[in-house]
Amino acid sequence: MFTLGPVGFTAPWLLLGLLALPVLWWLLRAVPPAPMRRAFPAVTLLLGLEDRDHDTDRTPWWLLLLRMLALAAMILGFAGPVLNPDTRAPGAGPLVVLLDDSWAAASDWRARIAAVTQALDGAQNAGRPVAVLRVSQPPAPGELPLRAAGDAAGALPGISPRPWTSSHEAALGWAQGLDTAVETLWLSDGLASEGRAALARVLAALGPVTVLEPPAPRYGLTPARIANGLVTLTALRSRPSAADAVTVIGYGPDPAGIERELVRAGLDFSAGAGSASIELSLPPELRNRITRFQIEDVRAAGAVTLADDSLRRRKVALVEASAGREALELLSPLYYLRKALAPTAEVLEGPLTDLIAAGPDVVILADVASLAPADADALQRWVAEGGLLLRFAGPRLAAADTGRGEDDPLLPVRLRVGGRTVGGAMSWGAPRRLAAFDEASPFYGLAIPDDVTVTSQVLAEPGPELAARTIAALADGTPLVTRKPLGDGQLVLVHTTANAEWSTLPLSGLFVQMLERLAVSTRAGSPDRDELAGTTWIPDQLIDGFGTLKDAGNRPGLSGEALAGPPGPNLRPGLYRSEARRIAVNVLGPEAELAPAAWPAGLSPEWTDERVERDLSGWLLLGALALLAFDLIASLALSGRLARAAGTTPALLALGMVLALPTPAPAQTEGGIDPAILSAADNVTLAYVITGDPSVDRVSLAGLKGLSDQIFMRSSVEPSAPVGLDLENAELAVYPLLYWPVIADQPAPSAKAYARLNGYLRAGGMILFDTRDADIAGFGSGVTPEGTRLRSLARPLDIPPLEPIPEDHVLTRTFYLLGDFPGRHAGHEVWVEAAPPDAERVEGMPFRNLNDGVTPVIIGGNDWAAAWAVDDSGQPMFPVGRGYAGERQREMAYRFGVNLVMYVLTGNYKSDQVHVPALLERLGQ
Amino acid sequence: MSMLRPRAEALAEPLPPLLARARHLAAGVVLGEHGRRRPGLGDAFWQFRPAQPGDPARAIDWRRSARSDQHFVQEKEWQAAQAVMFWVDRAASMQFTSAKGGETKAARAALIALASAVLLVNGGERVGLTDMDAPPMRGSLQLERIATALSAEASQDYGAPRTATLPRHSRAVFLSDFLGPLDPLEAALTTAADRGVGGALVQVLDPAEEAFPFDGRTVFHSVGGSLEYETRQAADLRPRYMDRLAARKARLADLARQTGWQYHLHHTSDPPTVALLWLYRALEGRI
Repeated sequence: MFTLGPVGFTAPWLLLGLLALPVLWWLLRAVPPAPMRRAFPAVTLLLGLEDRDHDTDRTPWWLLLLRMLALAAMILGFAGPVLNPDTRAPGAGPLVVLLDDSWAAASDWRARIAAVTQALDGAQNAGRPVAVLRVSQPPAPGELPLRAAGDAAGALPGISPRPWTSSHEAALGWAQGLDTAVETLWLSDGLASEGRAALARVLAALGPVTVLEPPAPRYGLTPARIANGLVTLTALRSRPSAADAVTVIGYGPDPAGIERELVRAGLDFSAGAGSASIELSLPPELRNRITRFQIEDVRAAGAVTLADDSLRRRKVALVEASAGREALELLSPLYYLRKALAPTAEVLEGPLTDLIAAGPDVVILADVASLAPADADALQRWVAEGGLLLRFAGPRLAAADTGRGEDDPLLPVRLRVGGRTVGGAMSWGAPRRLAAFDEASPFYGLAIPDDVTVTSQVLAEPGPELAARTIAALADGTPLVTRKPLGDGQLVLVHTTANAEWSTLPLSGLFVQMLERLAVSTRAGSPDRDELAGTTWIPDQLIDGFGTLKDAGNRPGLSGEALAGPPGPNLRPGLYRSEARRIAVNVLGPEAELAPAAWPAGLSPEWTDERVERDLSGWLLLGALALLAFDLIASLALSGRLARAAGTTPALLALGMVLALPTPAPAQTEGGIDPAILSAADNVTLAYVITGDPSVDRVSLAGLKGLSDQIFMRSSVEPSAPVGLDLENAELAVYPLLYWPVIADQPAPSAKAYARLNGYLRAGGMILFDTRDADIAGFGSGVTPEGTRLRSLARPLDIPPLEPIPEDHVLTRTFYLLGDFPGRHAGHEVWVEAAPPDAERVEGMPFRNLNDGVTPVIIGGNDWAAAWAVDDSGQPMFPVGRGYAGERQREMAYRFGVNLVMYVLTGNYKSDQVHVPALLERLGQ
Repeated sequence: MSMLRPRAEALAEPLPPLLARARHLAAGVVLGEHGRRRPGLGDAFWQFRPAQPGDPARAIDWRRSARSDQHFVQEKEWQAAQAVMFWVDRAASMQFTSAKGGETKAARAALIALASAVLLVNGGERVGLTDMDAPPMRGSLQLERIATALSAEASQDYGAPRTATLPRHSRAVFLSDFLGPLDPLEAALTTAADRGVGGALVQVLDPAEEAFPFDGRTVFHSVGGSLEYETRQAADLRPRYMDRLAARKARLADLARQTGWQYHLHHTSDPPTVALLWLYRALEGRI
């Protein structure tokens, strides 16, 4: 390879082609561009004309330069230039690529794969066979699965790091069985491991070994611990050198259930220290929500630690029958519970209603026989929503009637009258001991101390489901703890007392363990093997090598004993669940340490990050192509062919327009009020709904204009010019009346527009629906397309029951006395809101007392707008009826319009006239 | 070219039949069927007029005269047909079009000529082509002959009109780009003027010939290839070319005026109706 500075050439003899460039320059310069031949009949007129200059005789220098550059780029590109060439002598024989695929390799996995790819490329060029091996899965001893390098490179993307620490013992066993000479490339994760040095020595004996190890330290996070209400986080690093800092973030769901960053803390490694700790004081509400801590910007399973029950404090509400009794504190039913729960849970005490409002996880009733009905109901609801009610028996429960002969909703079983006492001074028999826990019991696996005895208990009424509800029993088979699900929660009754009065159970450690198993309390730190004995844990979420939490899917459950071991292929790190309890299996245990890898003498890890071999020929050839493309355009332009090329100019123009497209001007400032709304609010303005049919909209506008003119002339109402409204975005509130012509193919307004229309109607607006079809089929039959459309349009609207305008409706007399409401069509029914059924006509009054309820809608089909419509000169736009009768009908239509606007503006004011006779009569007296 | 006749018919459809103006009444007397609204030779009755001294006695219509004391002479309506001869240049230069797939000048010229011929035949006139040896004739068959003749192409680069077949006192229409040598045209016009033939020159040009939109180094050659001209800067030639073209047009107009002809310039980018309307009015004698 011929090297020139940082660039090497694989085919340097091609560079001789550069010598030919000057010759080419001279040649190209000598030859003028080829002329274009055109047929042109008017050539007769050209004969005899002389060219004035000879500019294009020769190719311009810049075009020549362009071509030379393109040619030079091509020659250089084909000469195979390589930036930062790897000048090491290529090895021979098979190449073994050994990948440390523990979690520690995950943070720079991409760079590792890139390094392996480069090595494989080199091996492919040299034609060497390659074996890519993972430390976590070495082949059988002595086997060497060699493949072609390109083949092995294709399999690289499928390899991902494992979320646990793997030792090199298995790989050592493999290497010891190897007898062929191999060259080894070892991608080390940089952490100390058993067998690493031995493996290195064995491989070095087989051939040259190159160790690639990124110099950056590995970071890890040990499980968060909780002590005295403080959360302690400890981060580890593999190279305790200079002072350093990492940021740890706690993630968890926010109240809406969306995962968010909840805590962020900076950890400072002092120089020379391998670990850094911080104590966080977190509010319990926040702490209980945290699901995991993670070192920021480190994508590795070891940099994530999952939070489980040990970080959580349950709220336990303790309720006693009667507080202020005079007895020794040690005899209080709650004393032992307080002692057992105080270290691991938040204990709440107080009136039951307050406690339930505080949202506890568990409510413990110690010897409470009966509750107030309201309290009992609240408690029952709370349990059904997922609470755990734990009850202890006692003298009161034994004496009370609760659960006798019938099911008490807050007791898991029926109780027999009285109880029993064994082994006391006045009774025969020895105190009973506990029977071993059944496999179905949540207590299964707990060791029962010898000194736990029960002297008194309440007895459950035998029944078919008693055995299923018993989760702990005495040696003679009488139930000691019974349980029953209620809704999403459960009821648990311990048939003996919570104090030492009836049993020694509260004095033993078993009591605390039982509370833990019932998820009443939680324990700080991870549970040991004994505590987990007998339980089965189902993986809930698992961590992959990069520290990402993934749903576990359907995986078999693991026994509690297995859960206590270190994570590995059989115990994947993640979150495991058993009933209500959750345990996290983290990559790093609480005692974990990160130590840098130790290599035998003669082996030193290296890492070439910045000097990556890079093939430049592609870029050079691409540049040459681009130059040639530009040369093509320039040549065309020079010979006058470019401008003639059909379609070029429009395309260029379009491109220019796209580039020069101005950014849309900011819309109207938000604070400003639309002047149309201002003017409509200023004065009465009639409005119509824009239907989208231009002819209908034009008639609507003209009709309302004609009506406005008439109202202006006849009454003191002086409306402004009418406006058309787009229901989707217009402000309706300022318009007292909305004229809505219904056309058959009108699109329905959006749900938002309907919401605003309903708001408009409720706030006192009125809509005049006009089907304009002369109501030929009668309202409601829906035979005309407009009628059908009206029904579907008005369905989402808040419209009260309707009736045809009764004779005594206010609309008949708000301004004119009217009997009919014609438009272009006459004599058809117009519908308004129905009068209340109890409206009665008072004796001697002309009208019923219909004071209330101004109708929100008027529905008809008389095509009023057409009768009202006037053109710009004030003349009617459409003929109505025939002759004088027709003009009379138009007049009546105007009168209806005036009445309508008066009705809209004054409401039922005219209805008050019914009282006039009475008032006059009274005045007369 | 099979579409030429239908297209010409369609083009001529909106116009009424065309009666070519007959200037020389006494000459060119070929009886036609179309009355010219004036007394003359013909078959159809025109009017009775009182006999005047000099009228031959056999001219008196005795049947009419017997009903009164006066003598009347029956006059017939003059029915004469004018002959219109077309020369449509079909030389190679006319086969040029600048737009890809556009209409050539030859096609446009043939279209205009045939459309006028259709109108004339509808009007009862006789039409013909100068390069057809047969005399001008009427009728649909003649139109078919003209259409067939127009579809043939000439081989020479630039065409020249033939005047040998021009009947005396007929009308003639020459359609060409007139880009070739002008001497043959001048000679033809002079001959025509000598024979009392008036007519119209329609110069059909391609837009490219009008605008000269060329650039760069170019070799221009005539369509037939007989002429060639090379330039290094075509754009530079434009103003001088324009001058020459304007001079050519002015010369044509001048020639037409001298010989009592009319001159019209038509571009293939314009609709053919424009030229046809002009021709209609020119042949009616209104221009």
